[in-house]
Amino acid sequence: MTVVNRAFAGLGLGVAMTMGAVAVPALAQDETIKVGVLHSLSGTMAISETTLKDTMLFLIDEQNKKGGLLGKQLEAVVVDPASDWPLFAEKARELIEVNGVAAVFGCWTSSSRKSVLPVFEELNSILFYPVQYEGEESQRNVFYTGAAPNQQAIPAVDYLMENEGVERWVLAGTDYVYPQTTNKILEQYLMDKGVAAEDIMINYTPFGHSDWQTIVSDIKTFGSTGKKTAVVSTINGDANVPFYKELANQGIKAEDIPVVAFSVGEEELAGFDTTPLVGHLAAWNYFQSVDVPENAAFIEAWQTFMGNPDKVTNDPMEATVIGFNLWVQAVEKAGTTDTDAVLDAIIGLETPNLTGGIAKMLPNHHLTKPVLIGEIQADGQFEVVSESELVPGDAWSDFLPESKMIEADWTAPISCGNYNTETKACGATAM
Amino acid sequence: MTLLRMITTLMVVLGALLATPAHAQIADTELTPLVDALAPGNFKDREAAIGALVATGDPRVVPILQVLLEGELYFDEATGKVVFTSASSGKGTITDPVTAAELPEITEDGLEKVKVNNGLRRVLRTAIGQMTLLSEDPGVRLFAAQSILRDADPAQLELLDSAISAETDSSIRRVMEQARAAIVLKTPDAAIEDWQAAIPVVQAIGGRDALNTLTTALNTAPEDVKPLIQTAIDGLARDRAVWDVAQNIWFGISLGSVLLLAAIGLAITFGVMGVINMAHGEMVMLGAYTTFVVQEIIRQNYPGLFDWSLAIALPLAFLFTGLVGVAIERGIIRFLYGRPLETLLATWGLSLIIQQAVQRIFTANIREVGNPTWMSGSFELGGLAITWNRFYIVIFALMVFVALLLVLKYTAIGLHMRAVTQNRRMASAMGIRTPLVDALTFGLGSGIAGLAGVALSQIGNVSPNLGQGYIIDSFMVVVFGGVGNLWGTLVGALTLGIANKFIEPYAGAVLGKIIILVLIILFIQRRPRGLFALKGRSIEA
Repeated sequence: MTVVNRAFAGLGLGVAMTMGAVAVPALAQDETIKVGVLHSLSGTMAISETTLKDTMLFLIDEQNKKGGLLGKQLEAVVVDPASDWPLFAEKARELIEVNGVAAVFGCWTSSSRKSVLPVFEELNSILFYPVQYEGEESQRNVFYTGAAPNQQAIPAVDYLMENEGVERWVLAGTDYVYPQTTNKILEQYLMDKGVAAEDIMINYTPFGHSDWQTIVSDIKTFGSTGKKTAVVSTINGDANVPFYKELANQGIKAEDIPVVAFSVGEEELAGFDTTPLVGHLAAWNYFQSVDVPENAAFIEAWQTFMGNPDKVTNDPMEATVIGFNLWVQAVEKAGTTDTDAVLDAIIGLETPNLTGGIAKMLPNHHLTKPVLIGEIQADGQFEVVSESELVPGDAWSDFLPESKMIEADWTAPISCGNYNTETKACGATAM
Repeated sequence: MTLLRMITTLMVVLGALLATPAHAQIADTELTPLVDALAPGNFKDREAAIGALVATGDPRVVPILQVLLEGELYFDEATGKVVFTSASSGKGTITDPVTAAELPEITEDGLEKVKVNNGLRRVLRTAIGQMTLLSEDPGVRLFAAQSILRDADPAQLELLDSAISAETDSSIRRVMEQARAAIVLKTPDAAIEDWQAAIPVVQAIGGRDALNTLTTALNTAPEDVKPLIQTAIDGLARDRAVWDVAQNIWFGISLGSVLLLAAIGLAITFGVMGVINMAHGEMVMLGAYTTFVVQEIIRQNYPGLFDWSLAIALPLAFLFTGLVGVAIERGIIRFLYGRPLETLLATWGLSLIIQQAVQRIFTANIREVGNPTWMSGSFELGGLAITWNRFYIVIFALMVFVALLLVLKYTAIGLHMRAVTQNRRMASAMGIRTPLVDALTFGLGSGIAGLAGVALSQIGNVSPNLGQGYIIDSFMVVVFGGVGNLWGTLVGALTLGIANKFIEPYAGAVLGKIIILVLIILFIQRRPRGLFALKGRSIEA
């Protein structure tokens, strides 16, 4: 097993080196700044994560064209944790200890993030995590560049309540930590809003679930009591395609029972014909269809880099871009890639996001983001139907009684990820 | 919001009243600003603008609303003028939606889409419905009546009454009367006689929609008719309960047929030959990718043949995966007969190699495999909702099963296969070329897995991991059904499918799967050789 891993890592390194060499044939520097890329290139999550690996290679290539960082060229070190959560920790350790990377960009599922947390803490390195997640966490060495629940789930539910008059809710998700925590927050939020318990149905399915007949038929029954019903979907990964196919085939139209999804983006929709799904929704902080010059320029550069004019962009890609740009800025400001200096420098830095706004790194290691609600179109893209102001990411949900008094603040004098505002002490634990 | 809605409704009613007597055209100069009002503002403003348009009763409004409903209505960003694009006007040029005049000064680049959301689509459908309820075309009238039935907006009662009295087609009139009844049930101050007449009409619609309408009506109904409604609800609910059981059985059969398809190839390679083939799932995956490639070629070169794509993909997938199977048998497995552990490891490694190879060629992204039109949507059979794709897969699975049974029973190669598996040495002594038979048997099993891949591409997604999801289930079915017996595989697959679907509503999908696994383990403890154990002198016995 280890031999195979080494071989893979070596292969990744080789690829990265070749890329670096291609980018700077003349400079021939012996010293580079290494950047770790920790995304699954095989297994179930490869579908989503491979694109982020390519995004990192693209960003590093662009940065090197601009002259690199601190006068040095950047070098990507790509490893493959193979959608295997414990392997993420092993690979992270390898990146930091063996390859000596300055920062790591990676992980997708919350399970993989939780698996690497102790490694980053122990070895004092930096992780940029680019995916929307369940919150209830803020770690000194991690920057959460995806959405916290208050930047995705809560606004989406608000939109449905206000614009579609939804009174009855199906919370459907894959059976793991992100959907479960998100649904717990949403359930509490809905109850606070006066939704009765019998108007909320919660349903979990295993990873890669493919037989949705019963569940879709249950949703149909649940939605036929005269009250407007909506489905809030935290279904992850490749289970989405059969789910939407079954919805379409059983004739559930968005006008009757809209589905709002938190894990379905342009990449996932590329897998099927979206004509029967027009009107179902997704909530993200970025859509490829957002019509601003920054986005158009990014899409063009990306498609040229990939050599594929049909290559789509999505939200976690934007989060990766923002994370990378903030890291570059922080390193430039600190004048070094030293972890502690970068951690200090990055707080409060701002970079333009790709939808015409500004992403600011907050003291709780989350970003300011606009919340966009989009409706699926027949061409597999999203049409934005609602766009919010910039929302600051909240690590600890204000809607769960056990975490509403907890705040994260990594600046002095608090300097911790779980500060209890009532006891005025760090070290609070929730969940 | 409610105020706006009320105003809109009011306008809708006014519009309907105006529209009913004559298809009045208003002046272009009056209509144009109303159409242009669709562009600015938010969805609420647009809803009001639609209401104003409907109020004109002008027949030219209907196509504009239809284009808007399809999301194909655009406006010029500079002037705010709403236009038909070249695609929506059908003329290849940008035209004025009111006068149909060409607008050469506006270019496609400056156009912006008039956005619609779900709420607006509903409003539009209702608006179009009431504007076309008196159309000449029966198809349009039926569609209009259905959309009114869906919304059952009390404001449309009068319009509906006049439409009913003018209607000549009995089936359309029935829908209109159902819509009328549904509306009456939403009007608490309607006469008791009206209520009494409406309840059986709604009950006759049947299904969930009727139940839905009646349950809602129960709260607002006059006291006198409440028992009547309750009886109707009880009757419908009783029907529903019976149909729900039937629906569950159907779901089970459908799931069972998927299991059967995935397992039947394994029943040959594992069941008949005794080879633990961990790469079986990858054969299914290769079959699905063959479908994808066939569809891509058809899409690019012969779009007219798309509905035939599956029929073309089936033999190709069978041949391709069959050949891969023969190659695997000749290249790897034949050296490992009698060493099950090594076979397991070798084929598992092989499955990883195939997965990564496919990922290199096709990338890790999910590939789109379309449903031909005859496999999309669903049909109703009594109270059963049956989706076409599942329906055809059940039929297909049974056909594959029967075909395989016939091959094994009535062909020479089938006879040889059975001979070799029952007693290899004796078969060899009788002059059967056992290595060839082994290769062909393995190829047949793999080819059938490829066929399964074609079918499964229609319900699941096509990605390099497709096979992994089915491998465990396939082994489960074969072991449960009894190794070496095709009938066991059939019964095993259907039993597991139906059991799963009866447990799922109570225990949920996650726990349901666990319960099934536990039950199988207990069952295997009692009967180690599965449901249909092979009797007699098997070689390993």
